[in-house]
Amino acid sequence: MSHATALQLILLLPLSGAVVNGILPLFVPALRRQERLVGIVGTGVVAAAFAVALSLFLGYHGEPITHSFYRWMTAGDFAVDFAYRADQLSLLMTLIITGVGTLIHLYSTAYMHGDEGFWRFFAYLNLFIFAMLNLVLGNNLLVLFLGWEGVGLASYLLIGFWYAERKNSAAATKAFVVNRVGDFAFLVAMFLTFKYVGSLDFDAILGFARSATEVPAWVPWAVLLMFIGATGKSAQIPLFVWLPDAMAGPTPVSALIHAATMVTSGLYLLARMSPLVLMSPNVMLVIGVIGALTALMAATIALTQYDIKKVLAYSTVSQLGFMFMAAGSGAFYVAIFHVMTHAFFKACLFLGSGSVIHAMHGVEHDLYPHHDHDDAHGHDAHDDHSHAEPLYPLPYAGVFDAQDMRTMGGLGKYMPQTNLTFLLATAAIAGIPLFSGFFSKDEILFRAFEHGFNGHAYGYFVWIIGIVTALLTAFYMTRAYVLTFRGTERWPKPTEVKPHESPWQMTLPLWVLAVLSVVGGFIGLPHILIHKDSWLMRWLVGEHGVPVADSITNGVGVQAAAHGAEHGAAHAAHVPDAITWGLLLLGAAIAIGGVLWAWRVYSTHGLAFDVRLRDRWGAIYRRASEKWNWDEFYERTVHQPLLWFAEQLAIFDREVIDGAGVNGVAAGAGWWASFFRRLQTGYVQTYALAIVLGVVLVIALMLLV
Amino acid sequence: MDITFYFPPLADYVATFPMLVLAVAALLCVVVDIFYNDAKGVAILAGASLLVTLLFEAARLSLPPAKALYGMVYVGGTASLVNMTILFSGFLTVLIAQPYLKRLGRNYGEVYALLLVAVVGMMALGSAANLLTLFAGLETMSVCLYILTALVREKDGAIESALKYFLLGAFSTGFLLYGIALIYGATGTMDLSDFADRLASTNAGVMFWGGTALLLVGFFFKVSAVPFHMWTPDVYQGAPTPISGFMATASKTSAFAAMVLVLGRALPSAQWQTTVAIVALLSMVIGNFVALAQSNVKRMLAYSSIAHAGYVLTGIASATPEGYAGALYYLLVYTVMNVGAFGVLAYLEHDNRQGDTQTVDSLAGTGQRYPLLGVVMAVCLFSLLGFPPLAGFFGKVYVFGPAVKSGLAWLAVAGVLTSAVSAAYYLRVLYVMWMKPSPDDAVAPQFEGVPPLAAVALAGCAAFLLLLTFTPWVMDAAVAFFRDVPAAIVSLP
Amino acid sequence: MLASFIPLFLQILMAAGLAYTLLIAAKKLGPKRPNAVKTMAYESGMDPVGTARDRYSVKFYLVAMIFIVFDVEVVFLYPWAVTFREFLTRSPQLGLFVLGVVGVFLAVLTLGLVYDIKKGGLEF
Repeated sequence: MSHATALQLILLLPLSGAVVNGILPLFVPALRRQERLVGIVGTGVVAAAFAVALSLFLGYHGEPITHSFYRWMTAGDFAVDFAYRADQLSLLMTLIITGVGTLIHLYSTAYMHGDEGFWRFFAYLNLFIFAMLNLVLGNNLLVLFLGWEGVGLASYLLIGFWYAERKNSAAATKAFVVNRVGDFAFLVAMFLTFKYVGSLDFDAILGFARSATEVPAWVPWAVLLMFIGATGKSAQIPLFVWLPDAMAGPTPVSALIHAATMVTSGLYLLARMSPLVLMSPNVMLVIGVIGALTALMAATIALTQYDIKKVLAYSTVSQLGFMFMAAGSGAFYVAIFHVMTHAFFKACLFLGSGSVIHAMHGVEHDLYPHHDHDDAHGHDAHDDHSHAEPLYPLPYAGVFDAQDMRTMGGLGKYMPQTNLTFLLATAAIAGIPLFSGFFSKDEILFRAFEHGFNGHAYGYFVWIIGIVTALLTAFYMTRAYVLTFRGTERWPKPTEVKPHESPWQMTLPLWVLAVLSVVGGFIGLPHILIHKDSWLMRWLVGEHGVPVADSITNGVGVQAAAHGAEHGAAHAAHVPDAITWGLLLLGAAIAIGGVLWAWRVYSTHGLAFDVRLRDRWGAIYRRASEKWNWDEFYERTVHQPLLWFAEQLAIFDREVIDGAGVNGVAAGAGWWASFFRRLQTGYVQTYALAIVLGVVLVIALMLLV
Repeated sequence: MDITFYFPPLADYVATFPMLVLAVAALLCVVVDIFYNDAKGVAILAGASLLVTLLFEAARLSLPPAKALYGMVYVGGTASLVNMTILFSGFLTVLIAQPYLKRLGRNYGEVYALLLVAVVGMMALGSAANLLTLFAGLETMSVCLYILTALVREKDGAIESALKYFLLGAFSTGFLLYGIALIYGATGTMDLSDFADRLASTNAGVMFWGGTALLLVGFFFKVSAVPFHMWTPDVYQGAPTPISGFMATASKTSAFAAMVLVLGRALPSAQWQTTVAIVALLSMVIGNFVALAQSNVKRMLAYSSIAHAGYVLTGIASATPEGYAGALYYLLVYTVMNVGAFGVLAYLEHDNRQGDTQTVDSLAGTGQRYPLLGVVMAVCLFSLLGFPPLAGFFGKVYVFGPAVKSGLAWLAVAGVLTSAVSAAYYLRVLYVMWMKPSPDDAVAPQFEGVPPLAAVALAGCAAFLLLLTFTPWVMDAAVAFFRDVPAAIVSLP
Repeated sequence: MLASFIPLFLQILMAAGLAYTLLIAAKKLGPKRPNAVKTMAYESGMDPVGTARDRYSVKFYLVAMIFIVFDVEVVFLYPWAVTFREFLTRSPQLGLFVLGVVGVFLAVLTLGLVYDIKKGGLEF
């Protein structure tokens, strides 16, 4: 199998899955009920793509495999091919996408069982995988953008999957619209790049960046715009608001798209463009600081949430913030490292929460067998009342909600496998030593510190925020675990109604991911432990920062431009070993301390501790639980003015242009109504009047201007 | 004078073959209709004649542009391109309208006769080399369209909209005619290609530009540019849906083509550039924003067509051959998109109790029930929206690009921003069609599906839009062709 | 320059004066025996007083329109006939050709007439 064929297969397999699952059942309704067939096709194509990608990965010799399928478009000197590229970076991403993707497809066959849109779901999932592969495998910015838009579309379709509920479709629209803002910036960045480089091919752009001897003025702007694009897709301040709402989609979607893969595409973009980013130290400052602030803010929100998926959603935003901290410190390969470990443990956590929700729906069904709630679409359909006061008398007295941690508790007894895998993933995200999250998070913090050490003062700021956020992370994740799996059962009649463990299709992916979250960090062991560069660093950065440049290897700013790979390292100061050890131990202590603290207080006090927190932290806690009022802010500053403007124009058209709006005005406003009714006596005149005014306008413009 | 001047040579008959064939076919349609009362036969006759002429024009596409018939019309080259666009629209409309009208009980033979005569008028307008041809074409087209608008007499608003269209059309034609008179007064010629010379040798500048302004008013009315657009929503809503599609595409194409022919000769272009740019801006802004507020789908498409007139005007405002070529390309793509969209709507009327007073909400679930219509609508609307790989996107590139080069970057930026706004209303339709479940109280649809020929036509529209994008050689051919168009426009005799 | 318009002004004055004189003369000299019908405004035979919403048979308008259409088109034949003579004197072939052209015109017109008749446009 030639490399080109392999690339083709990797791309076309998921596409064929989407076509088979999406188009055939559309015309042959009988196929819609064939869940087994749809599931096998949907999972099989992704698994096959994974196998092909693995064979490419194992046989990779260090030279990028590129292949152009055909010329897509030409316009003047602008030419774009459907060209793809498999190198160290894109192969790693491909493995994550197809690997985690396969597990989540398998999981979905059980999770979505019985849903009337089963076929649609798998078609969308396959479509997503295809688009995501376009994003990471494309060899020019436009193919990347095609994938970028494609994953946005798939995400839109999947968030609004249960479109019958208004809330869900609103969430889908929100995600789409917010992302468009970022996309626009990305598009402008592309224009800039094309204008000055003359090509959108990665080889041309990166070749330009690596051979530049000074920093052209447009580069920082292009990088900044790309970063703004990344804040949309990767949910950073100020465009993160869509991600928590995106939890309206089915839980496997949250795991695949809104935790493991799509949201990391902003990081992929920055890593791919790393030589350009390194040339713009000011923008790196913005990236690092935004990442740090996002991480801290999202962590405080996560601490106050009761909806288990919302906790995980804000945790995702927070972890993405960590990744941007790494990118802002010029440690792009570390960002990718965290992308990978995060994919493992966050997917595991989301799938675990899905398993819990699955079980709680069973409980709900047993509790209210005749209560035929309009839950036609299985799981995740629930009312959002996370703002409600925390009620903690037992059993939980609020409206039963399968996603609310206040109705859970003690689930560990009933769901041993979910319990154990969730615990392992929690340890990983909290950063307990030797778990994968420990290594990646610690490397991020170390590199931020080192960046500060090398004279970029904001590195210290990022580092401090990172340490605080790490503590919060350990705390809120342990809180979520304890509230869900430990303590007493809080749903009504716990002695009669018992939840059940999920089937093997759901627990198998959980175990695979849990194991990966434990061992996944070993590919990136810190230098101080093994006295050489980690495998991941050698794989991604190599000697010269190819394909992923690095602030240590290549230098920053003018250095990066002036000297390139050969001399960059000379400028980087080495952090003394004693400090490095200190940082490592501090990270471990923070994680263990946070976990132990949360474990103690929540095991002892349970939900009551939240009330204590609230009383103790008053205003801050309240603002955090209201998500720092970002939504309200946008509502006031963007949404309402826009609506107002549209309404004004509509009114203008209805009342003035549409010739005295026949009924609308009459019903609407008294005086205007009578006024316009008089105008309306024969409204062709009004139209003719407009024409006359137009004639005056045209003649005046033609003869006078 | 040499008497042979009076005998048109054979070449003239060949040159005007499409118009002759269609005119004769229109008469034949009347004959067949009154003697055999066979509406189906009439439709076949009309469709066949349109197809034949379409192929004929396609064959002439690569010929260099020339004048024919005493220098009254252009043939070949860009004129063939414009005629092809018109004929394409007419042909698809016949395929789509026949079963639609049959269902409505309005499948009169006259419809096709009028349609053919309208097409002849449009072709004369779009390839006019002389102001007289232009005017005769414009009137021939308009009168037929007035009648077609009122086809379904009993429907609310049909007569009303036709009357409005007629009155306002007559009103604006008055301006146009006065403009022609002024231009003739200033230059002493009706021949477009003589303008430049005559203008240089007289100093009747103000009179000429005043005349051009009034001529533009007539064109702006026909292409429904703001503020001459008010009739558009009413008329598109009142007319039978496939006919609305025909009016929105073919008549605009021909009026735009005539506009290019006139303005290309009205030099220096700086004199009219600002005017066209401002009208383009108004059209894009008002068209797109007001479309947002529409609940009736046909009205929404009407406002969208106003906005698209703005995009085309942006290309024309650049006043470069590239801009004109972009405008012509945009019209071709726009024609296919809109015929498709209106065609889909026409058939969805059969499904729904609301008939053609369809609101967006009444389309709920139709995408699921009629996947073909849903898919075609999706392709057409995404293309109208200018979604990247689709033909509509390239159309926008080809009209905005030259505008930027001519220093009208602000206009192009406005175009991009307003077309971003248009996403809201296009996607809303798709969202409702595909994502919203059918209402529970939906009556069993009395709709046995789309008739095969119409289905082929609609699928053809979608395929055409995808073809331009996803088949490299079609794309290459189109790019190569449209690279030559500016040269062809410059070299018009 | 303006002086050359003097005859025109004189003619306008004379026309206005004559009209005025005639009207005054009729008013002063004529016998006056008014009755209801005579004092009514002249509206081409229609009753000028009464509801404006009276409905007339649509045939009335139809015939009127058809008449105007054919009337105008027939008027076109007069200038044609005049020039035809000229063409004929130049060359017989040209005359024949011009005859053919107007033949096409009349054929289309006739088709219109046939259409009218077949559709019952002339039946009252």
